[in-house]
Amino acid sequence: MIRSNDILGLIHSNAYDACLSELTNMRTMGSVPFGGRYRLIDFTLSNMVNAGIGKVGGVTKSNYQSLMDHLGTGRAWDLARKHGGMYLLPPFLLEESGSFDNRIEAIKGNMNFIGRSDEEYILMSDCNVVMNFSASAFAAFHEKSGADITILVKRGSVPAIENTLVFETDGSGRVTSAVFGSAGDEGCFSTNIYFMKKALLERLINDAAAMKKKSFEEDIIMENVGKLKVFAMEHTGFAYAIDSLKAYYEANMALLEAENAHDLFMSKRPIYTKVRDDMPALYGIESNVENCLISDGCVIKGTVENSIIGRGVTVEKGAVVRNSVIMQDSFIGVGARVESVIFDKSVILKPGKTLCGAEGFPVYVGKGIVI
Amino acid sequence: MSKKTECIAMLLAGGQGSRLGILTKNIAKPAVPYGGKYRIIDFPLSNCVNSGIYTVGVLTQYQPLELNDYIGNGAAWDLDRESGGVHILSPYQQIKGSEWYKGTANAIYQNINFIDRYDPEYVCILSGDHIYKMDYSKMLAFHKEKDAACTIAMLEVPWEEASRFGLMLVNDDGAIIAFEEKPKEPHSNKASMGVYVFTWSKLREYLLADEADENSSNDFGKDLIPAMHQAGERLFAYHFDGYWKDVGTIDSLWEANLDLLRPSVDLDLSDPSWRIYSKSSAAPPHYISAKAKVQNSMITEGCSIAGNVDYSVLFAKVKVEEGAVVDSSIIMPGTVIKKGAVVQYAIVAENAVIEQGAVVGEKPENTLNRDEWGVAVVGAGVKVGQGARVAPKAMAGEDVPAVSAEEETK
Repeated sequence: MIRSNDILGLIHSNAYDACLSELTNMRTMGSVPFGGRYRLIDFTLSNMVNAGIGKVGGVTKSNYQSLMDHLGTGRAWDLARKHGGMYLLPPFLLEESGSFDNRIEAIKGNMNFIGRSDEEYILMSDCNVVMNFSASAFAAFHEKSGADITILVKRGSVPAIENTLVFETDGSGRVTSAVFGSAGDEGCFSTNIYFMKKALLERLINDAAAMKKKSFEEDIIMENVGKLKVFAMEHTGFAYAIDSLKAYYEANMALLEAENAHDLFMSKRPIYTKVRDDMPALYGIESNVENCLISDGCVIKGTVENSIIGRGVTVEKGAVVRNSVIMQDSFIGVGARVESVIFDKSVILKPGKTLCGAEGFPVYVGKGIVI
Repeated sequence: MSKKTECIAMLLAGGQGSRLGILTKNIAKPAVPYGGKYRIIDFPLSNCVNSGIYTVGVLTQYQPLELNDYIGNGAAWDLDRESGGVHILSPYQQIKGSEWYKGTANAIYQNINFIDRYDPEYVCILSGDHIYKMDYSKMLAFHKEKDAACTIAMLEVPWEEASRFGLMLVNDDGAIIAFEEKPKEPHSNKASMGVYVFTWSKLREYLLADEADENSSNDFGKDLIPAMHQAGERLFAYHFDGYWKDVGTIDSLWEANLDLLRPSVDLDLSDPSWRIYSKSSAAPPHYISAKAKVQNSMITEGCSIAGNVDYSVLFAKVKVEEGAVVDSSIIMPGTVIKKGAVVQYAIVAENAVIEQGAVVGEKPENTLNRDEWGVAVVGAGVKVGQGARVAPKAMAGEDVPAVSAEEETK
């Protein structure tokens, strides 16, 4: 059995920022707010911690101030440690390991951190797939199948993310073919969560970098499907790959289904996040709330329907919020009305104003904007 | 020897709070849940941190397990520190024998060594029984300005309630002239809040004397402070005006929770400059279903509401099923109110289950005999069976058996 503290976690916090360009303009994919009180990185980080992983590196490229602020010392995830714990890995300003454009360069730039870690295995993940999975079961599958590389896959509609691998497997889960999928096709697509021996990753990355290879998916995974034992393990629970603003909105809304929320926030593997010490949400005398997720610190005096409301949001008297995602500390003034919108943090909608997106195509309003 | 510290706080958290009945059967009073996500002790601890006091001794005695576990290393209040921080101080054995904390003054006396390690100028004595937000640094400044030996925080209470409190007669300067302990006919409405600042050298001297006095009951209010007064020490009253509530009884605990829903009450827990910290439960945002109706209430993360909730405070991970009614009640963490159950004017402790159709508590206007009316209480982990009833003012400390439909019609 693989010991949990023999696994190093590595998270790519900036991967696929471009899919959510509005939301990642000032932050990393990992620090995008989600589900009222979380940031996207909370899911993958909690998955690692819940499996007993005690050392995690967060690879960053740009705009990582919000991520640093969110993670702090890592205490919220029990990763403030003397030995191991949370490491934020900003890029070095050196030519060979400077700002990177692909996963191979990103890992290559952090070879020092990876090399110096004592762990035998590595679990690698991005932040754009929202799910709660057992990393212990993933490691056990890897060991039992005798795999060199194990990839966590999800069956469904292939997300519109560049270079998404789609696999075919034999009965044991061994990958027999790997191709780039086209968005919308049905298939077993990669969640970009990988498990392997650290030494193997180091060798693969060094070889690929030496050959000036650019694509982790094509030059390392596809290339080795026949040569190494590459296995795929299917995640059958809730998983949502966020490939666009629309998908971001839909993934939030999906949490209003009890089954999805239960699967994602199951109590035996809780999702941790930075604690804000808000008071509980306060409902006014004329409040009217239906089918919503509401976070601590909210003050709700108006009507809110089918929405995800972040921490510290105020909905004033007579205001109406429908089918919307409202991030923390936003303010909806007296008698104002919003429908199908995504409000980033601290948006202020003044009294009486109205703002509506089309059904299913929400309007996005940037951080701190006053309407 | 630890780093010299100007002022440290000693928090008396050993009390049973016997008037809270089954709510304190397994936990000390300071660990009693309050306000949706807090426990009573969060208030003095947060006040300390917000006032810049980072060394706090917490004296525990009665049922300390949950309290010790809750405080942990103090990280929730930023009190996990290299120098200072929070320390749990329980009674201990010594060469000459061992004894429990006999009284409030004796509890501090037994921890003189702890205080001496920090060599403080001043010691703040607090109790873990009250809900209030107070800047102790202002009181300390007052204490220094008056060159006092002891400063007692004082609150003006309504005259008609004054006889329930320890009262002080104070001159224009703030100096205390006389004390009255729960008098029948009060001459003052200035009540002690149980918050003291002492000059440590003075307190140390009087603690030793108090311990040597065999007739003393070793209590601050009854023995030590009167002794200081008699000896002519400089005693001052520091005027506090703000929300303060002793949540010592079922009624006052119920009231203090519902005070949070009254806009007129001066207790703002959302003030970012004076946060009240607590240990987080790592639960998702709460869910309000399309069938729910929630009004004038406080609801915490992890709740799932499909019934009607009005004028109530719900703690983390409470579940209110479809058709259930929660009115004017306090529901503590993890409790489930099943379909069609009705909970009114009640306090339901942690992880209780109110089965389908059960009825807990009653509106006062529906009670025939008003004298028999009171807030109903359901203890932690108690199951109130299907169709069963918990009468107003009753305390259900053990499972209440289900009542079948036939029995009900009889």
